[in-house]
Amino acid sequence: MEQIDLANRVKELEDRLSRLEAKGSQMTLLLLSGDFDKVMATFIVASGALAMGKKVTMFVTFWGLDAIKKPRFSTAGRNMLERMVLWMRPKGPMKLGTSKMNFAGIGPRLFRYMMGRKNVVPLPTLIAMSQEMGLKIIACQMSMDVMGIRKEDLLDGVEVGGVAAFLNESFSSNTSLFI
Amino acid sequence: MPIIKTSIAMKKGAAGDVFELICDDPAFEPDIKAWCNETGNVLTSIARSGKDIIVTVTKK
Repeated sequence: MEQIDLANRVKELEDRLSRLEAKGSQMTLLLLSGDFDKVMATFIVASGALAMGKKVTMFVTFWGLDAIKKPRFSTAGRNMLERMVLWMRPKGPMKLGTSKMNFAGIGPRLFRYMMGRKNVVPLPTLIAMSQEMGLKIIACQMSMDVMGIRKEDLLDGVEVGGVAAFLNESFSSNTSLFI
Repeated sequence: MPIIKTSIAMKKGAAGDVFELICDDPAFEPDIKAWCNETGNVLTSIARSGKDIIVTVTKK
């Protein structure tokens, strides 16, 4: 009787340990900003964690969606307001503005030039590399709906989900960042 | 970036293989220490040669 109890107890502890270990091997990121500098930092952190063998999930919402748009897509079938918003927002990582020193778009060019000189990978490459290393990107369904963004406007491999999809990953990770 | 390149390079090879990494990024030393600490690979030596940091890592 006592032996069975002990075996059950060991099994229970092993289960709990494996859950704890799984927790330490996962990170979630919530990208709200579409500023070039913040997006860059987010993907640097994501790729670093992936290189350390962690599972990384990035939930992308609101302005952040600008960073994961394709450089070109058709706005056919959207209403007038949606078209206006889509037209006014940057399309893709090469079009993002910086949060400081943007100077009407000259700032990002300057930073891209300076980063290139220091051998920092360009943002589109960094995004592609992160995806290749297994980064899971979930685009926020609600923001997409509001701004008339469709799944096909976003980079290949991006999933669409709601807050529960993000929270589900977030609850089972031990690091969560909001950017 | 060096850490990402390290992790991609070290996916190849078997446990016990020794990798020599040469990097000119000044942050490489703390980064490779943290990376080894996190991934369980063993940092066996660190040396400097001018701007370069030369480390050897044994794959777990």
